Amino acid sequence: MRYRLPLLPLLLLLLCCATPAEAARIGDGESVSGWEQALRFFSFQDASLRLALLGALLLGLNCGLLGGFVVVRRMALVGDMLSHAVLPGIVLGFLWQQTKDPLAILIGALLAGAAATAVTTLLGRTTRLKPDAILGLVLASFYGLGICLLGLVQQLPTAAKSGLDQFLFGQAAALSPADVTTMAVATALSLLLVLWFFHDLLALSFHRGFGESVGLRMALLHQVIMLLTAFAIIVAMQAVGVVLVSAMLIIPAATAYLLTDRLHRLLFLSAGLGMAAAGLGAFLSFLGNHLPTGPLMVLVGAGFFAAAFLFSPRHGWITRALRQWLRRARTERENTLKAIHRVLEDRGAGDGVSLAELAALRREEATHSRARAQELVNAELATWSADGQTVFFTPAGEQRARAVVRNHRLWELYLTHAASFSPDHVHDQAEEIEHVLGEETVRQLARRLDFPKTDPHGRPIPSVDEIHGQASSSNPQAGGLGYQP
Amino acid sequence: MTLGLIPAFDWQRVVVAPWTEDLDLYGWMMLMAFLVTTACGLIGNYLILRRLALVGDAISHSVLPGLVGGFLIFGSLGIWPMLIGAVAAGLLTTVLIEFIHSRSRVKADAAIGITFCSLFALGVLMINLFAGKVHLDPECVLYGELSHVPWAERVTWLGLSLPLPIVVMGLSTLLVAALIGLFYKELLLSSFDKNLAAAFGFRPQLIHYLLMGMLSLVVVAAFESVGAILVIAMLILPGATAQLLSTRLGTCLGLSVLHAALSSVLGVHLGLWLGCSLAAAVVVAGTALFALAWLWSLRGRLRRAAPMPPTEQQAAAAASST
Repeated sequence: MRYRLPLLPLLLLLLCCATPAEAARIGDGESVSGWEQALRFFSFQDASLRLALLGALLLGLNCGLLGGFVVVRRMALVGDMLSHAVLPGIVLGFLWQQTKDPLAILIGALLAGAAATAVTTLLGRTTRLKPDAILGLVLASFYGLGICLLGLVQQLPTAAKSGLDQFLFGQAAALSPADVTTMAVATALSLLLVLWFFHDLLALSFHRGFGESVGLRMALLHQVIMLLTAFAIIVAMQAVGVVLVSAMLIIPAATAYLLTDRLHRLLFLSAGLGMAAAGLGAFLSFLGNHLPTGPLMVLVGAGFFAAAFLFSPRHGWITRALRQWLRRARTERENTLKAIHRVLEDRGAGDGVSLAELAALRREEATHSRARAQELVNAELATWSADGQTVFFTPAGEQRARAVVRNHRLWELYLTHAASFSPDHVHDQAEEIEHVLGEETVRQLARRLDFPKTDPHGRPIPSVDEIHGQASSSNPQAGGLGYQP
Repeated sequence: MTLGLIPAFDWQRVVVAPWTEDLDLYGWMMLMAFLVTTACGLIGNYLILRRLALVGDAISHSVLPGLVGGFLIFGSLGIWPMLIGAVAAGLLTTVLIEFIHSRSRVKADAAIGITFCSLFALGVLMINLFAGKVHLDPECVLYGELSHVPWAERVTWLGLSLPLPIVVMGLSTLLVAALIGLFYKELLLSSFDKNLAAAFGFRPQLIHYLLMGMLSLVVVAAFESVGAILVIAMLILPGATAQLLSTRLGTCLGLSVLHAALSSVLGVHLGLWLGCSLAAAVVVAGTALFALAWLWSLRGRLRRAAPMPPTEQQAAAAASST
């Protein structure tokens, strides 16, 4: 319940801002330089600006929070469907009161959203149509109906100046205090629901069957969260418009989804990113005269997503590619180290390996061997002789070569002993696993095989002490340091 | 309260006039609506079969930056810049969705949503930034207007004076129909069994991109008359209606053309009566037809009072397992 605290300052801030404001595009007014506009923005003098910014932050928070559930439950396009399908409800709500009364519009929109959801479910049960076709169908038919109704209503004299068009493209600057109050209520409701029922929602999102089996009211909770999502969509629509409102649900949450694996962190991140995208979008649209708020919010969010997509520590495309590349380079280096070790072992004397020997062992061109050896020299695992034809281990290179060979041979022995492989079938598997065996695993292997001295092919297994460069082998159990990746 | 809302039904104005004295205007509009809905409906059948309905949704939104970009690069709002821009944007959307979906843990639905929302936002921003130069009305994006199509631009061909938009849309529709006719079996097979199609050497990936290219082409050709969002209805409604009534692809294609014809004629009359956007009225008429088809399919279910019979595949599986 400690998360409820931020709500109070928000509500207080809201009360301060509840002054009537002129509806206007945020950046309208005297055309001044971008810098002065930025100063004006951050001085928070402008009542309409304060209202618009507060609205943006609230909608970012609300959409981000609920979007987290939408994204993990793979319902992203349900949000899109709802945002289009509430249009006829909005028009009917307007028609009911003949003015842009937020409450009437809200009720109309919620009813339309509920009708759309019901039709979707019904179509899914009674026809062979696929879910995606049904979503598209309901989306488009309700939207068409809404546009048709809008055309009818706009022939009425009262509707001409009503600002009903605002729902189509959204205008953050035209938010009225009543709109912002509605947003605050919607946000508060979502926050309360998430805080109170976090564990139920967790069950609903990831394992609905489990939730039902322990007696949680999953169906009811699903309806409630859908209702709140519809609520959030309707409220946010005035600021960002019919089409883009689903972006505010999906984009921050998908960004957070790339950054973390835990639902509570995802919700925090998603709400934060939503607020950041909405706030920055409002700020950017304030800088110029022809900049619409909604698209800028979405584009800022898309920028966040692109950054997370490329550079997220765990799931980023570039970070993963980089990790893979580093691992491949390390495997290459270790294979070269192993080859040098093998040449030295076969020869039994000397401490340098010529490129010709290396190339002969690996059955490759001497230029390839040179490139591989150069990699080792770059990593300070080996050095060149003066004439550049022979490589020598550095102490670190020698240790690592022995560690990899130890991994390889221990694993071969393990396969022949414990898994009854024949000795001529173990090399390829050991070749792959030698690069990934951890220190603890190697120690366990050695212990289980009773500290062996030779592998199935009769070659010596480097001991732990040899890896550390100590000639005397006292107690093999004491050192116990396998290869460290 | 709302009694004054729905205008009186004037038989002469709504039903007779479009076919008699105003035929020169409304005839073209009905033909245009028919061409748009036919082209979209034919492609839509394949979109529904391939579970790409929402990719259609995405592409219809994201042609917007392509249109504006094409205009900014080529400096005119002619047919070719718009087509090139839109097809490029459409293919970019497909590639981006695939890229986000396959290269990260983001699921396909979220990838679709992110892609088209961002591209649409970019398009709206570009329209606003270059408002002075681009003669694209933002409203037109949301609900194109059949009656604002420049009917006065005429092309004379074989002694017939045809409005230019009709020629463009007609050629697009013919192209779509011709491609579907030519590649009927390739499309059929790759829609139902991608692997078998690949085994026959039909290149399903190529067919996929071809279909997406066709989709972008049709969406942009229809843009002026129905806008970016209502076109989704044109894409999905005819195919969905047809697939409620038949299980044969050929019959479905025929039925969706019938749906297109009925909904466009009825829709134009409805729009005339109510005085609202004609494109939206066509969608409403199409929805009504879909609802009828739904009821029809429900009636069949109720009469049988039994679960759906096993499909041929299931029956074959059951036969082979025993």
